[in-house]
Amino acid sequence: MAGLAPPTAGGGNAAPASSQNGWTQRIVILVPYVWLLVFFLIPFFIVLKISLSEQVRAAPPYAPVFDILTDPAATTLEKLSMLGLGNFGRIFSDTLYIEAYLTSVVIAGISTFATLLIGYPIAYGMARAPREWRATLLMMVILPFWTSFLIRVYAWIGILADEGLLNNVLMGLGLIDEPLHIMSTNYAVMIGIVYSYLPFMILPLYSALEKMDDTLLEAAQDLGCTPFKSFWLVTFPLSLPGVIAGCFLVFIPAVGEFVIPDLLGGSETLMIGRTLWEEFSSNTDWPLSAAVAILLLLLLVVPIVIFQNQQAKMQESGR
Amino acid sequence: MRKVSLFNVASLTFGFAFLYLPILLLVMYSFNEGRSAAVWVGWSTKWYVSAFNNGQLMDAAWVTIRVALMSATVATVLGTAAALALTRYTRFRGRLLFSGMIYAPLVMPEVITGLSLLLLFVAVDFERGFWTITLAHITFTMCFVAVVVQSRLVSFDMSLEEAAQDLGCTPFKTFFLITLPIIMPAVVSGWMLAFTLSIDDLVISSFNTGPGATTLPMKIYSDVRLGVKPEINAVCTILIVIVSMAVIAASIMTKRQEMERQRAEKLAMAQT
Repeated sequence: MAGLAPPTAGGGNAAPASSQNGWTQRIVILVPYVWLLVFFLIPFFIVLKISLSEQVRAAPPYAPVFDILTDPAATTLEKLSMLGLGNFGRIFSDTLYIEAYLTSVVIAGISTFATLLIGYPIAYGMARAPREWRATLLMMVILPFWTSFLIRVYAWIGILADEGLLNNVLMGLGLIDEPLHIMSTNYAVMIGIVYSYLPFMILPLYSALEKMDDTLLEAAQDLGCTPFKSFWLVTFPLSLPGVIAGCFLVFIPAVGEFVIPDLLGGSETLMIGRTLWEEFSSNTDWPLSAAVAILLLLLLVVPIVIFQNQQAKMQESGR
Repeated sequence: MRKVSLFNVASLTFGFAFLYLPILLLVMYSFNEGRSAAVWVGWSTKWYVSAFNNGQLMDAAWVTIRVALMSATVATVLGTAAALALTRYTRFRGRLLFSGMIYAPLVMPEVITGLSLLLLFVAVDFERGFWTITLAHITFTMCFVAVVVQSRLVSFDMSLEEAAQDLGCTPFKTFFLITLPIIMPAVVSGWMLAFTLSIDDLVISSFNTGPGATTLPMKIYSDVRLGVKPEINAVCTILIVIVSMAVIAASIMTKRQEMERQRAEKLAMAQT
């Protein structure tokens, strides 16, 4: 029995001490594994399959998924001939989709950079704050993140509208004569992204900056660096892992963002998440929206893989 | 101690003002007597009364709470198992795929997760509604639970488990008597994270909903597309208050447990 087995360093990864141990291990691995296979991986392949099939006027509005694939009489060639790149062709021949992809990347890129510029001083201030304040400050950054995303975006509608708070205040102060038109523009979308994703930027930056050894800065200043130069040559390079993680955490979801462009953007704000939703709900063109999803994923696969590798490395090294 | 520099104080002040002002304004205008979100008329709680009398809103809130309770609980079980699998068993077939499937949903655009699950449910002809939303929420929240619990398990002292097993505990018993109590704070915060993510979710629910299953975010979203509604401000304020109180309570609880643990460790050290 387990009690007689010698204690093994590292625990569970050693050979199972008994068959019961093996069973526990198997269940612990298999249950979440199978769940994710069924509800994450297989759906993904269904999206791939449907993106290659034709739209039909029926419910559901696409040619069946499993019929031909499970039909034993059909040859592989017949199965393949059912698939087509028609949807992808439509996406590339219609400038609307190309534009939506480009707009998404540009808006997400500018917003990510703005989030970095705003988030860095906050994270820096937090990391330099007296030690006993830090937990509270961290808590204050995380708290808005727990509040509904939708609510936080909604809060900006009342602020940015033509007759909203911002314009009222600015006009009351006599700074502007007529309302600024921010709502329903790309600027409103960027403000919404910066605001919603700011905690994602601050947290990795803070954890990178907090670990920093102060004596390095002192050394740099003793050697004649100005504060700015020592920041640029010492602090910033050391915080780079936090900068990279933060930028990925903001950029990746921002590209596929749907709520923010839909609520704050105007009709000219074509972002790909919104286009996908419209193809799906208004036009009920499911194959096309599946194709849009596949291309969105291809666009994001490089940043996602880089990000995952970095995260796995950090987890494995015990943070 | 370092001197607190003016620059740092200024950046923190502006930063937190930017983070909190929009939410505070939203809360404030939920008490506005007027209909506008920009002109202050006077204090009133009438929007709260009308929100509570709004049957559709209350139905949506009830659906949301049921989905969140159920999905957070299942997601916590699955996520904890996944975290154990990732930290304890470093070698098994398909581990790379497994860890990929844990991390990918964290960064996957919601529109893709939502669409792919919908297409799965349609392909197997599963009736859409309450259950499809719940299944979808379990799937994307369990990955967040796994990451939270995993970060606790990484710093877990394995000798405790080995001691229990040497004393004759089965692995099953060891888990419930030793491991689970120790990682409990992480499991609880994982559950809370799953619960809030589920309450907040709009996109994935919208894809997977069916007749009769409207969640609160879906209702709020369809109401505010046309502009600000004070009744919605009132509902949002209630949500914000509940979530903030829960988060603050949880963080105080974790802190107290941490302090107790440190005290117990010191005591044990002193005795040896």
